[in-house]
Amino acid sequence: MSANYEDRNRGGYDSDDDGDRRPMGGRGGGRRMHGRRVCRFCIDKVDLIDFKDVKLLQNYLPERGKILPRRISGTCATHQRMLAEAIKRARNIALLPYTTD
Amino acid sequence: MDNKRQYEVVFIVDPTADEEVPKLTESFSQIVTDQGGVVVKAETMGKRQLAYEILHHKDGTFVLLEIEGSGREIAELERRMRVNDRVLRYITVRVDEDRRRAEKLKDRRARKAAKRPSHGGSSGPRRGPAMEFAEAGE
Repeated sequence: MSANYEDRNRGGYDSDDDGDRRPMGGRGGGRRMHGRRVCRFCIDKVDLIDFKDVKLLQNYLPERGKILPRRISGTCATHQRMLAEAIKRARNIALLPYTTD
Repeated sequence: MDNKRQYEVVFIVDPTADEEVPKLTESFSQIVTDQGGVVVKAETMGKRQLAYEILHHKDGTFVLLEIEGSGREIAELERRMRVNDRVLRYITVRVDEDRRRAEKLKDRRARKAAKRPSHGGSSGPRRGPAMEFAEAGE
């Protein structure tokens, strides 16, 4: 199993993000991508992520069922923490899967 | 120290015992009240497909209870749910601390917005010589 989200992202899931992100610039390092991804929760001014909000959480659970890392989604550290906690709670009561295959 | 804690309890009821849901909810609420807690909200979230099988069940009825109390009633409630065969799974989440924190974040944001209405949250508005001139002028 490859955990290479970077490549899979180019495949096109998580298309909700910006279009001005340049996939080619990422690997070589050096040059900074402009139009930095920003945390969607910060934009929406979310203070609390509810574990019962399956629709929202599903956006951060790619097909394999793993939590989408913030390097892909652009979520800020604070919100990623809340998100991870919410996803784990939702998994516990079978609202979300631990794994899918 | 304030001993009012808020909890959210979600439990899954066996789908073959659907008609028992109101009765179960009622009895659980009763347990909480007996222990001195308050049931703020009792809501059936409906029948839902489970993300994975629990005891060979593929779906279940979800019920949400919002409880306020000291924590003792939670212990009793969990014990009862554990014993009850109809309850496939339950989770208790303490929410008062998270809610308080959310409140704080909201306040902070409101204050920030009031302080400088012209800046749309871009980082470091106090940098650059132009800013310093502006400040000196005031």
